[in-house]
Amino acid sequence: MEPFGKLDTNAAALALENIDTDQIIPARFMRAPRSTDHGQFLFHDMRRGPDGEPRADFPLNSPDLSSAGVLVADTNFGCGSSREAAVYALYDAGIRCVIAPSFGDIFYSNATKNGLLPIVLDRAVVQSIWKTLETANSARIEVDLESQTVHLPNGVTHRFDIDPFKKRCLLEGLDDIDLTLRHSDEIERHEQAHGETRPWAGTIG
Amino acid sequence: MTEPTTLFEKIWRRHAILDREDGTTLLSIDRHLCHEGSFHAFDKLKAQGRRVRRPDLTVAIADHYVSTDAPETGNQDPSRREVIERLSRNTDEMGVRLYGVGAPEQGIVHVVGPEQGITLPGLLLVCGDSHTATHGALGCLAFGIGASEVAHVLATQTLWQKKPKTLRVTIDGPLGAGVSPKDVILHLISVIGANGATGHMIEYAGSTIREMSVEGRMTICNMSIEAGGRAGLIAPDDKTFAYLKDRRYAPKDRDWESALEDWRSLASDPGARFDREVSIDARDVAPSITWGTSPEDAMAITGRVPDPAREDDPTRQAALSATLDYMGLTPGEALTNIAVNRVFIGSCTNARIEDLRAAAAVAKGRAARVTAIVVPGSTPIKLQAEAEGLDRIFIEAGFEWRATGCSMCVGMNGDLTPPGERCASTSNRNFKGRQGPGSRTHLMSPAMAAAAAVTGRLTDVRDLIGGA
Repeated sequence: MEPFGKLDTNAAALALENIDTDQIIPARFMRAPRSTDHGQFLFHDMRRGPDGEPRADFPLNSPDLSSAGVLVADTNFGCGSSREAAVYALYDAGIRCVIAPSFGDIFYSNATKNGLLPIVLDRAVVQSIWKTLETANSARIEVDLESQTVHLPNGVTHRFDIDPFKKRCLLEGLDDIDLTLRHSDEIERHEQAHGETRPWAGTIG
Repeated sequence: MTEPTTLFEKIWRRHAILDREDGTTLLSIDRHLCHEGSFHAFDKLKAQGRRVRRPDLTVAIADHYVSTDAPETGNQDPSRREVIERLSRNTDEMGVRLYGVGAPEQGIVHVVGPEQGITLPGLLLVCGDSHTATHGALGCLAFGIGASEVAHVLATQTLWQKKPKTLRVTIDGPLGAGVSPKDVILHLISVIGANGATGHMIEYAGSTIREMSVEGRMTICNMSIEAGGRAGLIAPDDKTFAYLKDRRYAPKDRDWESALEDWRSLASDPGARFDREVSIDARDVAPSITWGTSPEDAMAITGRVPDPAREDDPTRQAALSATLDYMGLTPGEALTNIAVNRVFIGSCTNARIEDLRAAAAVAKGRAARVTAIVVPGSTPIKLQAEAEGLDRIFIEAGFEWRATGCSMCVGMNGDLTPPGERCASTSNRNFKGRQGPGSRTHLMSPAMAAAAAVTGRLTDVRDLIGGA
């Protein structure tokens, strides 16, 4: 994946709880290979009305925010299915960071493996960011993964936590399969011992 | 003296290859289940010129895209059929065992694993599907992963994981008439919320769980993810062992004896500490349904549609109004007044033989008033149901008796609920558009779904079977 650089971009607020991965990308678009632009599927049914026309009240439909690189969402963002295509859709639409009070566990993990930074902040802080985005003249936000900080247009800075390994993988764009294969000897030793103690574990049939 | 240990910790330690300083553990994987959606991972593997490290521990099953009315074609829609064929090509190329279209073992991946004895107590099993928690009902640590992690497991047969926190849910007491495991898990989610177990693995314990069949336990563990928990676990016991004995891939002869000895040690020690504890009184659980678009929107069928006017938080008030608007519901309306357009009995949550028997008991001698489809969880279950005459009961009551697959739970195979229609469904998710764009889903047990089919509206099954 691409190394994660500093962000200085517009942010869009999506103040809805429990945005599930079916809403991020409906199941009918999941036959597409990774090379397809998944950005066209992002929030496909949420951002359109029953007539198929874009809804004016959906944040990413506003001309100012159509190129937003940060999404400021609510509790349990990305809950539901394990579909990594939800991350592809956000990424291909240009979103590099989602800030929320909490995330679905699988979505969180999928994000960090595809160059999308999930940031967890207290709900009160997230609410204050929505407010700032609404009232400030600018929706510009800076995200610095190196220093683990988010700078808002009103001058306020918030620090966030992230697992050091995930941080390194994101910053360097590392593929963890190569890193894991450096432990091949330990993996084989473990496999052998595990299989000897419990033969039924190391084989099917 | 050794510290009392949780069941989860015991299984985790067995699979820990190494612990990194940052608190992440490299885990060895005993079983890896794949399905059509795994194509992203196979694509990634091939692009990097890698092979599947342990094809012998990998099993692929066609389920999401398989047609339930013309299964012999795979799917009559070419683009859906292509996804099934992609799985066959990938597994052929990589030497992975496949239960594809027409195979006698084929079915929904989370039904097939336990049924074939691929899932065993104490193992670590993963699959690129969030309902992998189902396998935890056998005391197997099992969780869903995304495509990048699927590729990692294919290439290395390992996974880096940060140890989740532990939540023990203790459920005690007898279940009332008409109350099923589905009602228990819907009730739990309504109590702790759709993110109530985020970051946690759940162990289910208590007398209700011990009394419950292994199939019922699978329904409970299956929906752990709807409470935010990536895994659900239940300590294996004599019921588990009886369920597994003589399954195709269960250990045999002397291995069975040593396995049993090992499996009997798989329980949380008395005094083991959990990060969180929740208790549920089974007597508080009634036949339940969901009324909204999150699994936490569950309540007893005797209830009424919530009123946004009673919500204090303006954000939540707006969200509730939007939900009721999407669902086409009126505040204060009795749930039993709500008419349905169709019924779906199936999915990895509720398509095992006991589920079909429960639905058939309600359907027997009655007539469906709306389109109702019954989709068994696997081909062996379909055959067993036919041997028991359940198919006749359904067909005589006007239900459609289909072939196996994920079907209308997620609609990938084309089994969809049309826009604006209301579906009484035994599946696991009532998200907006889950069963098709504009579809309205009410989750419930198989007996409750059958009751909705024969009355044409959401119904308290106790009114049909007695015992309210």
